[in-house]
Parts: sequence; C-alpha cells; structure tokens
Amino acid sequence: MMGKAKTLTKNQLFLPFAMMMLVLLINLVKSPDFFAINIQNGVLYGRIIDILNRGSEIAILAVGQTLVVAVSAGTDISVGSVMSLTACGTCMMLAGYGVNSTTTLAVPLAVGILFGLALSMCCGAFNGFLVSKLNIQPMVATLILFTAARAIGLLLCNNQITYIRYEPYKYFGNFIPGCPVPTAIFITVIVVSIVMLFLKKTAMGLYIQSVGINKRAARISGLSSSRICFFCYLICGLCAGIAGIVASSRIYSADSNNIGLNYELDSILAVALGGNSLGGGRFNMAGSIIGAYTIQAITVTLLAMGVSTDQAPVVKAVIVILIVTAQAPAFKAYISERRAKKLVQEKITQNKEAA
Amino acid sequence: MRKALSILLTAAMATSMLAACGSSTPTATQAPAETKAAETQATTAAEAVAEVTEAAKDAAADGETITVGFAQVGHESDWRTASTNSVQSALSKENGIDLQFVDCDNDSAAQLEAVRNFIQQGVDYIVIDPIVSTGWDTVLTEADDAGIPVIVIDRTIDDSDKYVSWVGSEFTNEGLAAGAWLKAYVADKGISEVNALVISGTTGSSAQIGRSDGFDKYVEAEKWNKIDEQTGDFTQEGGQKVMESYLKSYNGQFNVVVCQNDNEAFGAIDAMKAAGVSYGVDGDVIVISFDACTAGLQKVLAGEINADFQCNPLQGPDCLNIIKKLEAGETVDQKTFMAEPWYVAEDKLTDITYTNNSGKEVTEPLVVVDQAVVDAAY
Repeated sequence: MMGKAKTLTKNQLFLPFAMMMLVLLINLVKSPDFFAINIQNGVLYGRIIDILNRGSEIAILAVGQTLVVAVSAGTDISVGSVMSLTACGTCMMLAGYGVNSTTTLAVPLAVGILFGLALSMCCGAFNGFLVSKLNIQPMVATLILFTAARAIGLLLCNNQITYIRYEPYKYFGNFIPGCPVPTAIFITVIVVSIVMLFLKKTAMGLYIQSVGINKRAARISGLSSSRICFFCYLICGLCAGIAGIVASSRIYSADSNNIGLNYELDSILAVALGGNSLGGGRFNMAGSIIGAYTIQAITVTLLAMGVSTDQAPVVKAVIVILIVTAQAPAFKAYISERRAKKLVQEKITQNKEAA
Repeated sequence: MRKALSILLTAAMATSMLAACGSSTPTATQAPAETKAAETQATTAAEAVAEVTEAAKDAAADGETITVGFAQVGHESDWRTASTNSVQSALSKENGIDLQFVDCDNDSAAQLEAVRNFIQQGVDYIVIDPIVSTGWDTVLTEADDAGIPVIVIDRTIDDSDKYVSWVGSEFTNEGLAAGAWLKAYVADKGISEVNALVISGTTGSSAQIGRSDGFDKYVEAEKWNKIDEQTGDFTQEGGQKVMESYLKSYNGQFNVVVCQNDNEAFGAIDAMKAAGVSYGVDGDVIVISFDACTAGLQKVLAGEINADFQCNPLQGPDCLNIIKKLEAGETVDQKTFMAEPWYVAEDKLTDITYTNNSGKEVTEPLVVVDQAVVDAAY
C-alpha cells in the first residue's frame, strides 16, 4: 500500500496533475457549480468545457514547444507571432489582398488554410535552420520572427483587421452545427494523438531525448542531430500555425495585433509546469498538456471569481511561483532531507526509550 | 566562416527588428484610435463647410490667404485617415486656406521639428494632433512668442496651456449618453430593473476612463445594479472571453450589456449567440456599444446592438470655425467637443434631454440607423 503510494508520487506526472487538481479544488470549495456541465442551446456548456475549449491553443503550442525545449534546451519565443502571421495569411488568402471584410471566399477554404499552415511551417523551418544548421542560440534565433512575423502579418492584411464572415470558417474555433463539443477540443485531441503516436511508434522520442542530452554523443552514435533538431522546430511552427487558425476562427478575423499575444510565454510555462526541464533532454508530453490546461484553469478560475482581468496576472504569478517551487529539485531535496532527519531523530528516541 | 555568418545574421536581425518596429509602432497607437472609429456624417460636415466657405470666400476676395500648418500623428488607422481627410478638405484652397500638411509617422521628435518649422516659416495658424501629451511647453512658448495661435485636435497636451483651443471627443459625455439613453429606453419599455454587465476597454485609456465614469454616474443616480465590470481590452476576443465567463457567473441575472467599443460588442454578441441568450431589439438583453464604425452600425441595423454612440474623427469643420472666429477677432472656447451622434436600432424615441459633463442641459436627437447611414460610415 505504502509502496504503491510512493511509486505514484514518484511518477513524473504526479506533481503537474496534483497542481491541476489543487486549482480545481479551490473552485470546488468556492463554488461547486464551477463543475456543472449541461447542454444549452444544443451545445455543451460549463466552465470545465471553457477550460478545455479555450486551453486548446496553449495545449497545441505546448506540444511543439515541448519538442523544441527537449531537443535544443532552448525555447521558441516566436510561436505567438507565428500564430498571428498564420491567421493573417489565411484570412488574406481567403478574402483577397486589401479586402477587409468578405462574405464570399476568394479561394476555397482548404487552400487558404493550407497556405496559412505552409507559412507557419516556413517560419518553423527558418527557426530550425538558424538553430540546427547555424548553431544560433534558440532564443536569439526565434527572436527574429518574434518581432518580424506579427509585422509581416500586418502587411499581408494591409494594416487592417480582415474579417471572414463565412460560416464554415467559424467552425474551427466554435462549433460545427449539430455537434455539441467545441471543435477546438477535437483539433487538440487530433494534434496531440498524432504527435504522441508518432513518438511512441517510432524511435523519434528517444532520438530527440538523446540529441537534447548530448548533441555530439548522439551524432557520434549515428543520429543526424541537426536534422532531428530542424524537424522539431518545423513541428513547433506547424503547431503554432494550427493554434493560429483556431484563434482566428474564434473571432472569424485576423486581428494581427492581438492574436497570440503573450502566448509564447504561456506555452513555455506549460512546458515548465508539466515538470519538464527547460535544460532539454528528457521530456514528458502529457505533463506539458496538463500544464497547458492548468494555466487555462487558473485563468478561468480568476475570471469566475471576478478578479479583474488586469490584476489576474499577479494572482497567476503567485500560483505559478508556488507550483514551480513545489517542483524545483532543490525544494524536493530539502523536503526529503527533512524527512530523513526526522526519521533518524525518531529512531534515536526509540532507541533511547528501548534502553 | 562562422564569424562572418554570425555578423551577417546579426545585421539581418537588426534590420528585421527595425522593420518590425517601423511597422508595428503605428499599430501600438491604434488602440485609442480604434475606439474612435467613426462615421463620415457627410451632410453635417458638408453643411458646416459650405457655411464657412461663404465667409472664407469673402476673405479670399480680400486677397489674403491664410496659411495653416498641420502636424498630424500619422496614418495608423481608418479613424486617423478620416481625421486627416476631414482637416484637409475643410482647410482647403476653396476656403481661402493654404494648408501645409506634415504626417509625423508617430515620431514625436519629428512632430516637434515640424511645429518649429511652421513657426520659422511664419504660418498664420498651427494645428497639432499631439503624439504625446507632454514635452510641449518650450515649443508652444516659441509659437506664442511668435504670435501664432495653436489649435490642438484629438489628443491632449498636459504640460502647457499656450494653445487657443482644443477640438476632440468628450469620452465622459459618451458614457453619460449611454446612461441617458438607457434610462429613457427602459422607461419606454417599462423595464423596472436594470442589471448591467460592463465590458470595459483597455484599463487606463482615456476612452475607458471617460466611458466608465459617465455611465457610472447614471448607475449611481438611477440606483441601477451594475453586476460586474471587467476589461476586454478593446478586442473582439476579449469581449468574447469575458462574456463567456459572465454568462456562467450571472446566468439569467442581467438584462443590459455595455461594451466600450464595437469590437468587444461583436465578441459579446457571439458569446451570447452560442449560449442561446436572446439579445438586441427583440431580445432579453439590451446591448450598448461605442464607436459606431461601419461594422458596428451594420449590427445596429440588424437589431443586434440596441444603441451605438459615436466617436467622431472629423475635426476639420470645427478647426475651420475656430480659425474663422479668430480671424473675425472673436474669442473661442478653450475646448470644443465634437458632435457625436447617438445611433439606435428602433424609432421609438426621437430625442433625449440630458445634462452633459459640463453641466449643460442638452437635447440630443436619436439617429435611427438605415442602410444610408451605414453606407455613409467610413
């Protein structure tokens, strides 16, 4: 029994999961109807659904970010801007250049979306090239698109917010008629399961870890380190693109200034909350996903409690500090040391009593 | 080899960052301007211009052309473009004015330089839309010493009073307008209880402060119940997110939603639509918005927004009026507030009398939105 509990707490996923539960527990105490889920207007309705739905973008970004962190011990800080660029590219393609509101599409929906995703993959490839082939520090390399991608998007949209008032375009971020589950949840499930399956069924996960732990050693043992690194950045770009299309579809427009704003930070935070080391190497995809939903759960909780959205970041920061501290190796070491000392103390007193 | 590459890349990055800065700065300033999307108000403007044209023709007949220097913020939004066009068409050759226009591209140093240039050229009047509100004392003193009257439009100058007049929007009045309209509307509809939710703009922006203050005065006076106020940052996504949360917290407890700009209103409407809450003209929830941009007025026309309060970018005719008055030796008001029509979806009420922010009792006509009004919007 004791042993089972111990292996459970030793599991890498235990802490992220416990943290998420803690956030939800606060809500349970505060107002139990937080967990109420019902069908309203033919769709699932409730705050838990909101967390799953609104957390989709961060979860999708976290998938790519986890791979990047694992393989290169660095972060891709351009994901938020790439989201914006993808949204702008897609909307520009669908509406035609210079048009700022349209009800009919200039090109088929699929063409627009594929164009957007192609743009995001170009961004990923660009980042990947800089990091893997030119050995530039990931943060510096991705800083280029962090600043430039949003501006390029603005140029694509002719400095305007481009509206696509075409019903099917709204499906990705809202609901498909007749389906009670938000489409974004399906998209997240598909992205996560494809990547998870890929990592599980091929040796890619192992390769990424070994490159992350020691690039040179991986190279010597026959892995093409730079190709694997490039691949991870490419996937990260694609994930940012998918997240961008979901975000754009929610407001059926490309608001280049606001789409994906500060999402790079949330995605990095999700990886950290998931118990992954930002130093690269071993990674846990499920942890990152849980981390992503934890962030969204905090946001929704604060909104539900009526904490003003301006002050929310402060509360969020406090919660994050607690979570990160609880997971820090130094803190864990301190706790186990105290426990050990206590045990020794007990033993000594027991011995004395016996004597 | 690697060194050369890194140098090349640093250079590339620097340029790309510069490029990014260059094109993103205008968007940063878009926030206040976006909230001010406005309608061309073609007839009123034309009338005002025509009226003044007569007077100016007399002046022109006397053989004196008035030179005016105009230092504009930039061209970052449709709202700004509408403002520029308005000033350019009002202060035109036909009205006996030689306008020198400088687009400062959101560079406040360039704007100071432009104003100094105007002083050196000895123009008759200077019109400024100040990019920043401080740092004006020295240059305005120079203008004052040179005897050149300065007219400030849109944004304000805080650290100097050496300008003759300011023309712009009174955001508190916009808030009061929303309150006054709502009071009359609920009285007309026989709604006894007002439970309002507010989705405010970017906290601390002048538009947010004014619109909140104005509306709150009515909340207090009429003993309305303002359930909650959270910020949607003037964005559609913000409005949607806040509304989604409101819907769960206050399910069925509210009958008014006040969005502080049109974009937030679009988001809030989408959230209510998804939750199956009826809103707008025949619905359970009254929707109030500000800005009255084209898309906003379309929603009013469709009956999805009950009332939309304009933020007017057309300062040109008012500038011309001030110049005309000064030419005639009359005194001008320190502050001129733009006429900002109230757009509504129903024709039940014709006008509303209320006390505006300066304590005057004003009767404001309500403009019922039809296709012509939407088409006239910019």
